Amino acid sequence: MELKDKLVSSFMAFENTVDVDSPVHDVRNEAIKIFEDKGFPSKRDEAWKYTSLNSVLKHDYSVFPKQEKAIEYSDVKKYFIHDIDSYKIIFIDGKYCSHLSQTTHDGIDVCLMSSALSKPKYQLIIENYFNKVATKDGLSSLNTAFSKEGAYIHIPKNKLVAKPIQIVHFSTGNESALMLQPRNLIVVDENSHVQIIERHQSLTDNPVLTNSVTEIFANKRAIVDYYKIQNDKESASLIDSTSVNQKRESHVSMHTFTFGGKLTRNNLNFYQNGERMDSTLNGVTIIGNKQHVDHNTLVHHIEPNCESHQDYKGIFADQSTGVFNGKVLVNKEAQKTNAFQSNNNILLSDKASINSKPQLEIFADDVKCSHGCTIGQLDESAMFYMRSRGIPEKEAKALLMFAFSNNVLDSVKIPEIKQRITKIIANKLGVNIGFDL
Amino acid sequence: MLEIKDLHASVDGKEILRGINLEVKAGEVHAIMGPNGSGKSTLASVIAGKEEYEVEKGQILLDGQDIEELAAEERAHKGVFLSFQYPVEIPGVSVTNFIKTAINETRKAKGLEDMPAKDMLKMIREKAELLEIDRKFLSRSLNEGFSGGEKKRNEIFQMAMLEPKLAILDETDSGLDIDALRIVANGVNKLKSKDNAVIVITHYQRLLDHIVPDFVHVLYNGRIVKSGTKELAHELEEKGYDWIKEEVGA
Repeated sequence: MELKDKLVSSFMAFENTVDVDSPVHDVRNEAIKIFEDKGFPSKRDEAWKYTSLNSVLKHDYSVFPKQEKAIEYSDVKKYFIHDIDSYKIIFIDGKYCSHLSQTTHDGIDVCLMSSALSKPKYQLIIENYFNKVATKDGLSSLNTAFSKEGAYIHIPKNKLVAKPIQIVHFSTGNESALMLQPRNLIVVDENSHVQIIERHQSLTDNPVLTNSVTEIFANKRAIVDYYKIQNDKESASLIDSTSVNQKRESHVSMHTFTFGGKLTRNNLNFYQNGERMDSTLNGVTIIGNKQHVDHNTLVHHIEPNCESHQDYKGIFADQSTGVFNGKVLVNKEAQKTNAFQSNNNILLSDKASINSKPQLEIFADDVKCSHGCTIGQLDESAMFYMRSRGIPEKEAKALLMFAFSNNVLDSVKIPEIKQRITKIIANKLGVNIGFDL
Repeated sequence: MLEIKDLHASVDGKEILRGINLEVKAGEVHAIMGPNGSGKSTLASVIAGKEEYEVEKGQILLDGQDIEELAAEERAHKGVFLSFQYPVEIPGVSVTNFIKTAINETRKAKGLEDMPAKDMLKMIREKAELLEIDRKFLSRSLNEGFSGGEKKRNEIFQMAMLEPKLAILDETDSGLDIDALRIVANGVNKLKSKDNAVIVITHYQRLLDHIVPDFVHVLYNGRIVKSGTKELAHELEEKGYDWIKEEVGA
């Protein structure tokens, strides 16, 4: 059976596991219809021109994983930013894992989507926010239809959340092939500040397809710093759709670090509903072999006096392929917008490729918008210069790549994350670096 | 220390060095002069191990060992240093981190531990002082936005840090005003010892007033056509290169 048919027909079985009388279920019903109608995207869709899901969709995925497989903290410690105190919301094969998690209801809610969707005390938030900013394309609708579990974070007003929150989804390989559809909702109220780290990690080489949807609401003067660490095995694919709704004077930054995975697609949409705010979208991608990474961003400037900054760096080795499709939309009313976008790429092999497509649609007349895209190779004269000073070829290459990514790494506000990313990059490049940039 | 025997080298199939013979002993300063396009920079790059240059024939011996098969970094580990005519800008890498990496990689190649941070800092401070380099300068990106003089001073600063056995200064005087020239030359002179050697490549006499050579060679058309002592440099300064060309042509 085709994956689409399998999913649609399993929706009835899914209904046995949720409260079909809740208003959320109406949303799910609506969503499964959209998925039935639209299905999975194909290369005929403009937004998927350079990314084919065929090789990912061919597996016979389990949609409802069987019983949870126990894992010990010591086995997975390395996937956490463990040198800092943090809240943790941990899932194993799509199911919440309490013994690895550290949730809280102490002034803030850092807990589970399953509780939020079923308990009355969260009803108001769910009604106001759930599925309000997520896109209505086939894949996101599929996630909405099966939405049941994920992270639920609500920070009421005037809270500075001292510890970052880590959301980690593990897959154990208990199933020969597994499809996961986590659904996260993050609501940050007036004047509050939160830092979130998200990771998807598979623990074996069995194929995993994750179709994740995250909705983030940053209300008036809220600050949200979000880090996605994508360093999964090359048997795992991730389609991540994250939509951010910002209110006035809020600041939201999203860092996406992509080093692993077979196919990774990031749909990242920012909607600026208010004045005097800024949105930051930064990314470092370093891939090789036959890996594929596609960053699809949208920043929609709706009101005046706002800023957006996008800086995506990509390094592609072997036969890896990349896509950057960044759209900036400036409404007629959004005067005095400052929107900057840059996408710089290095191709390390003749067989690697990148398709970079910046799109600016500007309807206001008093704005500053710029975009730039570069594609090049490592600078040979810089390589000889460094080697002639005693830095071996591999280290010299790594040093150049670090330098290339440095301004994005520098914008990471949690030092432990910067250290970890630096380490992951060093491992990926096979160097034991003695420099700190 | 360095022995070059009948060295022929080409780039993109074009022969540039056509039989160079040169011997440099420890404690000596050699100057290589010559008109534009005579092969001076090529000779420097070939000794340092630039891969684009193909050695067709001949040998480069460092302490008796043929270094032709060695990569640029391996030659550096053996004590070869090239001060670039056009130092490369590397945005995002600070001068300090670059030199730390270079020193520790060289130590690693010799089986030594990293230099303790305290010693490294002390050394950086001393050498920066020697070359009258402002500390702020050291945290800037390597060569990025440096003036010509700053770039050259930074090259000699790196030389001072790496303490090479054989230093090749490729047109280090170009782009230097008289004060910077004096600082750079003074730095080089302080680093000179009976155990190391310096090859100065230059068009002009003026650097040689400060770094006094034991031998002067004239490179023309890929060959050393004349060798002498420092008086030869003065003669070239006075008369230019035409008489050499005529002599060779004749």
